[in-house]
Amino acid sequence: MKHLLSIAAALAVLAACEREDREFRPSPVATEGEASITLSSISPGVVGLGTPRDIGKAYEENAYHLSEGKRLFNWFNCKGCHANGGGGSGPALMDDSWIYGGEFQNIAQTIREGRPNGMPSFRGKIPDEQIMQIAAYVRSMERQVHQDAAPSRDDDLMPRPSEHRLPTSPPVAGGTVPPSGQAPQ
Amino acid sequence: MLDRRSVLLLLPLILAGCAGWQSVLDPEGPRADLLANLFWVFTAIVAAVWLMTMAVLVLALLRRRAARADPLVLEPEAERSMARAVGAAAALTAAIVVALTLVSYGAQRALFDSHEAELTLLVKGHQWWWEVTYEDAQPSRSFTTANEIHVPVGEPVLLKLRSSDVIHSFWVPSLAGKMDLIPGRENLLIIEATREGVYRGQCAEFCGWQHAHMAMTVVAHSAEDFERWRESQISAAKPPDNPVRKRGMEIFLTRPCVMCHQIRGTPAAGRVAPDLTHFGSRLHLAAGTLANNRGNLAAWIIDPQGIKPGAHMPLVKLGAEEIEPLVSYLEGLR
Repeated sequence: MKHLLSIAAALAVLAACEREDREFRPSPVATEGEASITLSSISPGVVGLGTPRDIGKAYEENAYHLSEGKRLFNWFNCKGCHANGGGGSGPALMDDSWIYGGEFQNIAQTIREGRPNGMPSFRGKIPDEQIMQIAAYVRSMERQVHQDAAPSRDDDLMPRPSEHRLPTSPPVAGGTVPPSGQAPQ
Repeated sequence: MLDRRSVLLLLPLILAGCAGWQSVLDPEGPRADLLANLFWVFTAIVAAVWLMTMAVLVLALLRRRAARADPLVLEPEAERSMARAVGAAAALTAAIVVALTLVSYGAQRALFDSHEAELTLLVKGHQWWWEVTYEDAQPSRSFTTANEIHVPVGEPVLLKLRSSDVIHSFWVPSLAGKMDLIPGRENLLIIEATREGVYRGQCAEFCGWQHAHMAMTVVAHSAEDFERWRESQISAAKPPDNPVRKRGMEIFLTRPCVMCHQIRGTPAAGRVAPDLTHFGSRLHLAAGTLANNRGNLAAWIIDPQGIKPGAHMPLVKLGAEEIEPLVSYLEGLR
């Protein structure tokens, strides 16, 4: 019995050897073109069955992609308009109200193609993999990703705790009105 | 298996590593001299102590006395002489430790006696490259470059060391000792070269995945050459002089390159990756990873993650016909 237990314990320790994959290097072939991610239920065209959501899952469940997204969010000055998610001249990203949809593929499309009244298009300026990393990070601001994968490091002053310290919030269809929006204007 | 003779044959090979463009034992500046002297003084004294200890040990083994009838009986005469020998050895040890401490203190006092210099550089460590800003009282004469530091010979140069992400360490062994770059604070280090030449430096504090590929080059010139270099670096990039390079510039400005890199004189103004204004004049690319030539540059642009996995330069999917003009344009930035 004792032997069996120690063998089981040893096997359990081996499970810790599995490490999350860090995918640095997408396929080097020149494939810039119509990304499958741009086709979602709110754009014209046929939605590829399953694919966009699956791609989003791969990015949202990977701590490396999420932290890269956080770094790029700073580097590409997203915070110039969206602040650190709290919103400024651009809408807030940490609440659950979304003008153009809060699904992974909606956010990726917003970054890639831009939106009227201010959001520029980054097509051709940010490689697709990085757009998806940023989209995944934006999802983590709204607490839509696993807490153990969400970024835990803040390099500068932030208006709130790191993403991984916030409780996950179940999505509300259509979003909710934030307290600031409820006060009489 | 190695036998003793082949080990002896290998020794000179290891010693050969002590010379060259990146070596503590090949000092080319007054501060590196101090450190090299310290090393040799310590090595000589410690070697002498070791030899003496071994000699006494061998002597003691050779002069083994015969076993006595009653080992508990003391011999006052022998006890006294042994106590004298042990006391003298202890006193000598204490004196040597104090002397070495004083020698080390003296060298460090000389190393850190002043932080005054004509030329001041702001060196910022990034994962995994070095940003170098030449400061000047006139803002228009201040400029930024990357991974390559040019200094005039015989003149102390003050480095203000900062970091943008994690702890790095600035180490050009032939010119000065190590100094850490710590996020949120500024450390000072003076480097000075006594001879013209190219010296290699390396990040000396593990800073992540590509720590080993975070090198920098220090080029020491005569004062006139240095001034000429500085004037050329202050100027903005010249517009491309032929249609191929012109096409290369268009590609640079319409592709993701422009999100991170800066080329003064063009709309490219990213501040998070190395300044490429005079990229063509540099000796190396990717922080000392590759020699700066056409083939390496093309390889680096096509597949940075194959050369330096985890580096922040992303794989940009360029068309086959776009590589040639882009490389040609970057090469022309002199």
